[in-house]
Amino acid sequence: MSYVRDVGALARKDLLLELRARDTLPAMLLFVASVFVVFHFALPGTPSRLETIGLLWVAILFTALLGLGRAFVPEREQRTFDGLVLAPCDRSAIWLAKSLATLAFLVAAEVVALPLYALFFHPVGAATVAAVVLADLGICGVGTFLGAMAVATRARDLLLPLLFLPLAMPIVVGAVGASVVGSPGRYLGFLALYDALFAVVCWASFEYVVAE
Amino acid sequence: MLVARRLGKRYGEKRVLRSIDLELPPGGFLVVTGPNGSGKTTLLRICAGLAQPTEGTIERSLERAQVGYLGHEPLVYRELTALENLELYGRLYRIAERRERIGMLLERFGLWDVRHERVASYSRGMTQRLALCRVLLHEPDLLVLDEPYSALDEPGAELLDAQLAELRGERTFLLATHEPARVEPFASGRLALAA
Repeated sequence: MSYVRDVGALARKDLLLELRARDTLPAMLLFVASVFVVFHFALPGTPSRLETIGLLWVAILFTALLGLGRAFVPEREQRTFDGLVLAPCDRSAIWLAKSLATLAFLVAAEVVALPLYALFFHPVGAATVAAVVLADLGICGVGTFLGAMAVATRARDLLLPLLFLPLAMPIVVGAVGASVVGSPGRYLGFLALYDALFAVVCWASFEYVVAE
Repeated sequence: MLVARRLGKRYGEKRVLRSIDLELPPGGFLVVTGPNGSGKTTLLRICAGLAQPTEGTIERSLERAQVGYLGHEPLVYRELTALENLELYGRLYRIAERRERIGMLLERFGLWDVRHERVASYSRGMTQRLALCRVLLHEPDLLVLDEPYSALDEPGAELLDAQLAELRGERTFLLATHEPARVEPFASGRLALAA
Protein backbone atom coordinates (compact mmCIF):
# COMPACT_ATOMS: atom_id res chain seq x y z
CA MET A 1 0.00 0.00 0.00
CA SER A 2 2.85 2.37 0.83
CA TYR A 3 4.32 1.59 -2.62
CA VAL A 4 1.13 2.85 -4.25
CA ARG A 5 1.26 5.98 -2.07
CA ASP A 6 4.88 6.61 -3.11
CA VAL A 7 3.99 6.22 -6.79
CA GLY A 8 1.02 8.54 -6.29
CA ALA A 9 3.13 11.23 -4.59
CA LEU A 10 5.82 11.08 -7.28
CA ALA A 11 3.37 11.07 -10.19
CA ARG A 12 1.46 13.96 -8.65
CA LYS A 13 4.73 15.87 -8.42
CA ASP A 14 5.43 15.28 -12.15
CA LEU A 15 1.94 16.39 -13.17
CA LEU A 16 2.21 19.48 -10.98
CA LEU A 17 5.59 20.36 -12.48
CA GLU A 18 4.14 20.12 -15.99
CA LEU A 19 1.10 22.14 -15.00
CA ARG A 20 3.41 24.92 -13.77
CA ALA A 21 6.21 24.79 -16.34
CA ARG A 22 4.19 23.68 -19.41
CA ASP A 23 7.34 22.36 -21.04
CA THR A 24 6.26 19.01 -22.41
CA LEU A 25 2.59 18.75 -23.35
CA PRO A 26 2.36 21.88 -25.55
CA ALA A 27 5.42 20.70 -27.51
CA MET A 28 3.89 17.24 -27.98
CA LEU A 29 0.53 18.68 -29.09
CA LEU A 30 2.13 21.11 -31.51
CA PHE A 31 4.35 18.42 -32.98
CA VAL A 32 1.65 15.83 -33.58
CA ALA A 33 -0.77 18.40 -35.01
CA SER A 34 1.94 19.79 -37.29
CA VAL A 35 2.80 16.33 -38.62
CA PHE A 36 -0.81 15.68 -39.66
CA VAL A 37 -1.29 19.11 -41.17
CA VAL A 38 1.96 18.89 -43.14
CA PHE A 39 1.20 15.40 -44.45
CA HIS A 40 -2.38 16.34 -45.25
CA PHE A 41 -1.06 18.88 -47.73
CA ALA A 42 2.12 17.03 -48.74
CA LEU A 43 0.63 13.67 -49.71
CA PRO A 44 -0.66 13.62 -53.30
CA GLY A 45 -4.30 12.72 -53.94
CA THR A 46 -6.12 10.60 -51.37
CA PRO A 47 -3.64 8.30 -49.62
CA SER A 48 -4.84 4.79 -48.79
CA ARG A 49 -5.71 3.76 -45.24
CA LEU A 50 -2.70 1.44 -45.18
CA GLU A 51 -0.34 4.33 -45.95
CA THR A 52 -1.84 6.73 -43.43
CA ILE A 53 -1.85 4.15 -40.63
CA GLY A 54 1.93 4.05 -40.97
CA LEU A 55 1.95 7.81 -40.74
CA LEU A 56 -0.22 7.72 -37.59
CA TRP A 57 2.21 5.40 -35.83
CA VAL A 58 5.27 7.36 -36.87
CA ALA A 59 3.60 10.48 -35.46
CA ILE A 60 2.68 8.75 -32.19
CA LEU A 61 6.17 7.28 -31.76
CA PHE A 62 8.00 10.56 -32.30
CA THR A 63 5.51 12.52 -30.20
CA ALA A 64 6.19 10.04 -27.40
CA LEU A 65 9.92 10.44 -27.92
CA LEU A 66 9.52 14.18 -27.46
CA GLY A 67 7.81 13.60 -24.10
CA LEU A 68 10.28 10.93 -23.02
CA GLY A 69 13.21 13.20 -23.81
CA ARG A 70 11.84 15.74 -21.36
CA ALA A 71 10.70 13.27 -18.69
CA PHE A 72 13.79 13.58 -16.51
CA VAL A 73 14.64 17.20 -17.32
CA PRO A 74 13.57 18.56 -13.88
CA GLU A 75 15.64 15.89 -12.14
CA ARG A 76 18.63 16.62 -14.40
CA GLU A 77 18.47 20.41 -14.29
CA GLN A 78 17.74 20.66 -10.58
CA ARG A 79 19.78 17.56 -9.65
CA THR A 80 16.88 16.23 -7.60
CA PHE A 81 17.62 12.63 -8.55
CA ASP A 82 19.87 12.37 -5.47
CA GLY A 83 16.96 13.33 -3.22
CA LEU A 84 14.66 10.72 -4.76
CA VAL A 85 17.31 8.00 -4.77
CA LEU A 86 18.09 8.59 -1.08
CA ALA A 87 14.44 8.40 -0.06
CA PRO A 88 13.55 5.06 1.56
CA CYS A 89 10.90 4.18 -1.01
CA ASP A 90 11.41 1.38 -3.53
CA ARG A 91 13.34 2.95 -6.40
CA SER A 92 11.11 1.31 -8.98
CA ALA A 93 8.39 3.68 -7.73
CA ILE A 94 10.34 6.51 -9.41
CA TRP A 95 10.18 4.64 -12.74
CA LEU A 96 6.50 3.75 -12.38
CA ALA A 97 5.46 7.28 -11.40
CA LYS A 98 7.44 8.84 -14.23
CA SER A 99 5.98 6.31 -16.69
CA LEU A 100 2.45 7.15 -15.53
CA ALA A 101 3.05 10.89 -15.87
CA THR A 102 4.51 10.45 -19.37
CA LEU A 103 1.56 8.20 -20.22
CA ALA A 104 -0.83 10.96 -19.14
CA PHE A 105 0.91 13.46 -21.45
CA LEU A 106 0.94 11.00 -24.35
CA VAL A 107 -2.76 10.17 -23.90
CA ALA A 108 -3.55 13.89 -23.79
CA ALA A 109 -1.65 14.37 -27.07
CA GLU A 110 -3.51 11.43 -28.62
CA VAL A 111 -6.88 12.82 -27.57
CA VAL A 112 -6.08 15.59 -30.03
CA ALA A 113 -4.11 13.49 -32.52
CA LEU A 114 -6.68 10.76 -33.24
CA PRO A 115 -9.58 13.11 -34.13
CA LEU A 116 -7.16 15.13 -36.27
CA TYR A 117 -6.09 11.95 -38.06
CA ALA A 118 -9.76 11.05 -38.62
CA LEU A 119 -10.42 14.57 -39.91
CA PHE A 120 -7.54 14.64 -42.38
CA PHE A 121 -7.29 10.98 -43.44
CA HIS A 122 -9.48 8.03 -42.38
CA PRO A 123 -11.76 7.11 -39.46
CA VAL A 124 -10.11 5.46 -36.46
CA GLY A 125 -11.44 1.99 -35.63
CA ALA A 126 -11.80 0.29 -32.26
CA ALA A 127 -8.83 -1.98 -33.02
CA THR A 128 -6.62 1.05 -33.61
CA VAL A 129 -7.73 2.62 -30.32
CA ALA A 130 -6.99 -0.64 -28.49
CA ALA A 131 -3.57 -0.79 -30.18
CA VAL A 132 -2.89 2.82 -29.16
CA VAL A 133 -3.71 2.04 -25.51
CA LEU A 134 -1.48 -1.05 -25.41
CA ALA A 135 1.32 0.61 -27.38
CA ASP A 136 1.27 3.63 -25.05
CA LEU A 137 1.93 1.38 -22.06
CA GLY A 138 4.95 -0.19 -23.72
CA ILE A 139 6.28 3.09 -25.11
CA CYS A 140 6.08 4.87 -21.74
CA GLY A 141 7.41 1.96 -19.66
CA VAL A 142 10.42 1.21 -21.86
CA GLY A 143 11.02 4.84 -22.84
CA THR A 144 11.06 6.06 -19.24
CA PHE A 145 13.50 3.32 -18.28
CA LEU A 146 15.83 4.26 -21.14
CA GLY A 147 15.32 7.97 -20.41
CA ALA A 148 16.65 7.43 -16.90
CA MET A 149 19.70 5.67 -18.36
CA ALA A 150 20.30 8.37 -20.97
CA VAL A 151 19.87 11.31 -18.59
CA ALA A 152 23.06 10.41 -16.75
CA THR A 153 25.14 10.71 -19.92
CA ARG A 154 26.43 13.73 -21.82
CA ALA A 155 25.00 12.48 -25.15
CA ARG A 156 21.54 12.03 -23.65
CA ASP A 157 19.65 13.64 -26.57
CA LEU A 158 21.30 11.24 -28.99
CA LEU A 159 21.32 8.19 -26.76
CA LEU A 160 17.60 8.06 -25.98
CA PRO A 161 16.41 7.69 -29.60
CA LEU A 162 19.30 5.32 -30.33
CA LEU A 163 18.25 3.02 -27.51
CA PHE A 164 14.52 3.55 -27.71
CA LEU A 165 13.72 3.24 -31.42
CA PRO A 166 15.09 -0.31 -31.91
CA LEU A 167 13.24 -1.46 -28.78
CA ALA A 168 10.06 0.23 -30.00
CA MET A 169 10.07 -1.63 -33.32
CA PRO A 170 8.04 -4.58 -31.97
CA ILE A 171 5.47 -2.04 -30.73
CA VAL A 172 5.21 -0.52 -34.21
CA VAL A 173 4.88 -3.96 -35.82
CA GLY A 174 2.17 -5.01 -33.36
CA ALA A 175 0.32 -1.71 -33.49
CA VAL A 176 0.30 -1.37 -37.28
CA GLY A 177 -0.69 -5.03 -37.59
CA ALA A 178 -3.59 -4.57 -35.16
CA SER A 179 -4.71 -1.45 -37.05
CA VAL A 180 -4.84 -2.99 -40.52
CA VAL A 181 -5.89 -6.65 -40.24
CA GLY A 182 -9.46 -7.91 -39.97
CA SER A 183 -8.98 -9.84 -36.70
CA PRO A 184 -6.42 -7.96 -34.61
CA GLY A 185 -6.51 -10.30 -31.57
CA ARG A 186 -3.11 -11.85 -32.30
CA TYR A 187 -1.41 -8.46 -32.64
CA LEU A 188 -3.10 -7.02 -29.56
CA GLY A 189 -2.02 -10.10 -27.61
CA PHE A 190 1.53 -9.56 -28.84
CA LEU A 191 1.43 -5.93 -27.63
CA ALA A 192 0.06 -6.99 -24.24
CA LEU A 193 2.83 -9.59 -23.93
CA TYR A 194 5.47 -6.99 -24.85
CA ASP A 195 4.06 -4.60 -22.22
CA ALA A 196 4.02 -7.27 -19.50
CA LEU A 197 7.51 -8.54 -20.28
CA PHE A 198 9.17 -5.13 -20.40
CA ALA A 199 7.24 -3.85 -17.39
CA VAL A 200 8.71 -6.67 -15.29
CA VAL A 201 12.24 -6.09 -16.69
CA CYS A 202 12.10 -2.32 -16.13
CA TRP A 203 10.53 -2.64 -12.68
CA ALA A 204 13.12 -5.17 -11.53
CA SER A 205 16.20 -3.44 -12.94
CA PHE A 206 15.49 0.27 -12.38
CA GLU A 207 17.36 0.09 -9.06
CA TYR A 208 20.61 -0.51 -10.99
CA VAL A 209 19.93 2.27 -13.49
CA VAL A 210 19.89 4.97 -10.82
CA ALA A 211 22.86 3.65 -8.83
CA GLU A 212 26.12 5.53 -9.43
CA MET B 1 28.19 4.05 12.53
CA LEU B 2 30.49 4.56 9.55
CA VAL B 3 33.83 2.87 8.94
CA ALA B 4 35.82 3.34 5.73
CA ARG B 5 39.09 1.65 4.87
CA ARG B 6 41.43 2.68 2.05
CA LEU B 7 38.53 4.31 0.25
CA GLY B 8 39.21 5.45 -3.31
CA LYS B 9 37.22 6.59 -6.30
CA ARG B 10 38.10 6.85 -9.96
CA TYR B 11 36.07 8.21 -12.84
CA GLY B 12 37.71 6.46 -15.77
CA GLU B 13 41.38 7.41 -15.66
CA LYS B 14 40.82 10.26 -13.25
CA ARG B 15 41.38 9.50 -9.59
CA VAL B 16 39.29 11.80 -7.39
CA LEU B 17 39.78 10.14 -4.01
CA ARG B 18 42.79 8.24 -2.73
CA SER B 19 43.09 5.82 0.18
CA ILE B 20 40.90 7.45 2.82
CA ASP B 21 40.44 5.86 6.23
CA LEU B 22 37.75 7.17 8.52
CA GLU B 23 35.77 6.06 11.53
CA LEU B 24 32.68 7.89 12.64
CA PRO B 25 31.07 6.63 15.86
CA PRO B 26 27.44 7.41 16.76
CA GLY B 27 27.20 10.99 18.02
CA GLY B 28 30.50 11.94 16.34
CA PHE B 29 31.05 15.15 14.42
CA LEU B 30 33.68 14.80 11.73
CA VAL B 31 34.75 17.90 9.85
CA VAL B 32 36.24 17.33 6.40
CA THR B 33 38.44 20.05 4.95
CA GLY B 34 40.59 20.35 1.86
CA PRO B 35 41.14 22.50 -1.19
CA ASN B 36 38.87 22.43 -4.24
CA GLY B 37 39.21 19.15 -6.10
CA SER B 38 40.48 17.22 -3.09
CA GLY B 39 37.50 14.85 -3.18
CA LYS B 40 35.38 16.17 -0.28
CA THR B 41 32.13 15.97 -2.22
CA THR B 42 32.95 12.52 -3.60
CA LEU B 43 33.75 11.26 -0.10
CA LEU B 44 30.49 12.64 1.26
CA ARG B 45 28.49 11.14 -1.61
CA ILE B 46 30.03 7.74 -0.92
CA CYS B 47 29.31 8.04 2.80
CA ALA B 48 25.70 9.03 2.08
CA GLY B 49 25.25 6.01 -0.19
CA LEU B 50 24.89 8.04 -3.38
CA ALA B 51 28.06 6.69 -4.98
CA GLN B 52 30.06 3.50 -4.75
CA PRO B 53 33.80 3.49 -4.10
CA THR B 54 36.01 1.92 -6.76
CA GLU B 55 38.64 1.00 -4.14
CA GLY B 56 38.48 0.08 -0.46
CA THR B 57 35.48 -0.70 1.68
CA ILE B 58 32.82 1.22 3.57
CA GLU B 59 30.56 -0.16 6.27
CA ARG B 60 27.41 1.68 7.27
CA SER B 61 25.23 0.52 10.14
CA LEU B 62 22.38 2.57 8.72
CA GLU B 63 19.47 2.34 6.38
CA ARG B 64 18.76 4.87 3.65
CA ALA B 65 16.00 6.51 5.67
CA GLN B 66 18.44 7.32 8.47
CA VAL B 67 20.69 9.46 6.27
CA GLY B 68 20.16 13.15 5.59
CA TYR B 69 22.23 14.55 2.72
CA LEU B 70 22.82 18.17 1.83
CA GLY B 71 24.88 18.55 -1.33
CA HIS B 72 25.87 21.49 -3.49
CA GLU B 73 22.37 21.45 -4.96
CA PRO B 74 19.34 21.91 -2.69
CA LEU B 75 17.56 18.83 -4.16
CA VAL B 76 14.25 20.65 -4.33
CA TYR B 77 12.02 21.36 -7.34
CA ARG B 78 12.07 25.00 -8.40
CA GLU B 79 8.54 24.92 -9.84
CA LEU B 80 7.05 23.62 -6.59
CA THR B 81 6.49 25.66 -3.45
CA ALA B 82 8.46 25.07 -0.26
CA LEU B 83 5.42 23.35 1.23
CA GLU B 84 4.93 21.08 -1.80
CA ASN B 85 8.61 20.09 -1.80
CA LEU B 86 8.58 19.20 1.88
CA GLU B 87 5.22 17.43 1.53
CA LEU B 88 6.71 15.28 -1.23
CA TYR B 89 9.75 14.30 0.84
CA GLY B 90 7.59 13.90 3.92
CA ARG B 91 5.43 11.37 2.10
CA LEU B 92 8.40 9.48 0.68
CA TYR B 93 10.00 9.28 4.14
CA ARG B 94 6.63 8.32 5.68
CA ILE B 95 6.88 10.91 8.41
CA ALA B 96 4.23 10.70 11.08
CA GLU B 97 2.62 14.08 11.84
CA ARG B 98 4.19 15.42 8.67
CA ARG B 99 2.30 18.70 8.63
CA GLU B 100 3.38 19.67 12.14
CA ARG B 101 7.01 18.79 11.48
CA ILE B 102 7.06 20.75 8.19
CA GLY B 103 5.40 23.75 9.83
CA MET B 104 7.88 23.72 12.69
CA LEU B 105 10.90 23.60 10.36
CA LEU B 106 9.59 26.30 8.03
CA GLU B 107 8.93 28.50 11.05
CA ARG B 108 12.37 27.84 12.49
CA PHE B 109 14.18 28.63 9.24
CA GLY B 110 12.11 31.75 8.54
CA LEU B 111 10.26 30.40 5.50
CA TRP B 112 6.73 30.11 6.90
CA ASP B 113 5.51 33.33 5.30
CA VAL B 114 6.76 32.29 1.85
CA ARG B 115 5.73 28.64 2.07
CA HIS B 116 3.21 28.97 -0.78
CA GLU B 117 5.67 30.65 -3.15
CA ARG B 118 7.56 28.70 -5.78
CA VAL B 119 11.18 27.97 -4.98
CA ALA B 120 12.12 29.59 -8.32
CA SER B 121 11.28 32.95 -6.73
CA TYR B 122 13.54 32.34 -3.72
CA SER B 123 17.01 33.80 -3.29
CA ARG B 124 19.93 31.37 -3.10
CA GLY B 125 20.04 31.80 0.67
CA MET B 126 16.33 31.04 1.09
CA THR B 127 16.73 27.96 -1.10
CA GLN B 128 19.59 26.80 1.12
CA ARG B 129 17.37 27.26 4.18
CA LEU B 130 14.73 25.12 2.49
CA ALA B 131 17.38 22.51 1.70
CA LEU B 132 18.24 22.42 5.41
CA CYS B 133 14.54 21.92 6.22
CA ARG B 134 14.50 19.01 3.75
CA VAL B 135 17.57 17.42 5.35
CA LEU B 136 16.21 17.72 8.89
CA LEU B 137 12.64 16.77 7.98
CA HIS B 138 12.94 13.02 8.68
CA GLU B 139 15.21 13.45 11.72
CA PRO B 140 18.10 11.43 10.27
CA ASP B 141 20.67 9.73 12.47
CA LEU B 142 23.53 10.61 10.12
CA LEU B 143 23.71 14.09 8.64
CA VAL B 144 26.04 14.44 5.67
CA LEU B 145 26.44 18.14 4.99
CA ASP B 146 28.51 19.47 2.10
CA GLU B 147 29.25 23.19 2.56
CA PRO B 148 26.05 23.81 4.54
CA TYR B 149 26.92 27.46 5.16
CA SER B 150 27.20 28.33 1.47
CA ALA B 151 24.81 31.11 0.42
CA LEU B 152 23.52 31.63 3.96
CA ASP B 153 23.55 35.17 5.33
CA GLU B 154 24.63 35.75 8.93
CA PRO B 155 21.16 35.18 10.47
CA GLY B 156 20.83 32.00 8.40
CA ALA B 157 24.28 30.82 9.47
CA GLU B 158 23.40 31.51 13.11
CA LEU B 159 20.23 29.44 12.71
CA LEU B 160 22.33 26.58 11.38
CA ASP B 161 24.82 27.02 14.24
CA ALA B 162 21.93 26.74 16.71
CA GLN B 163 20.62 23.64 14.95
CA LEU B 164 24.04 21.97 14.99
CA ALA B 165 24.49 22.84 18.67
CA GLU B 166 21.07 21.37 19.49
CA LEU B 167 21.66 18.12 17.60
CA ARG B 168 25.34 17.65 18.41
CA GLY B 169 25.80 14.42 20.36
CA GLU B 170 22.26 13.24 19.53
CA ARG B 171 23.04 12.79 15.83
CA THR B 172 26.14 11.91 13.87
CA PHE B 173 27.62 14.52 11.55
CA LEU B 174 29.93 14.39 8.57
CA LEU B 175 30.44 17.94 7.40
CA ALA B 176 32.67 19.36 4.66
CA THR B 177 33.54 23.01 4.81
CA HIS B 178 36.01 25.69 3.75
CA GLU B 179 35.36 27.47 7.05
CA PRO B 180 36.50 24.97 9.70
CA ALA B 181 36.69 27.69 12.36
CA ARG B 182 32.90 28.10 12.20
CA VAL B 183 32.22 24.48 13.18
CA GLU B 184 35.25 24.06 15.44
CA PRO B 185 33.12 24.20 18.64
CA PHE B 186 31.09 21.18 17.46
CA ALA B 187 33.83 19.01 15.97
CA SER B 188 34.90 15.75 17.52
CA GLY B 189 37.30 14.89 14.70
CA ARG B 190 38.92 16.37 11.61
CA LEU B 191 39.89 14.93 8.27
CA ALA B 192 42.03 17.03 5.97
CA LEU B 193 42.12 15.91 2.34
CA ALA B 194 45.04 16.81 0.15
CA ALA B 195 44.64 18.03 -3.44
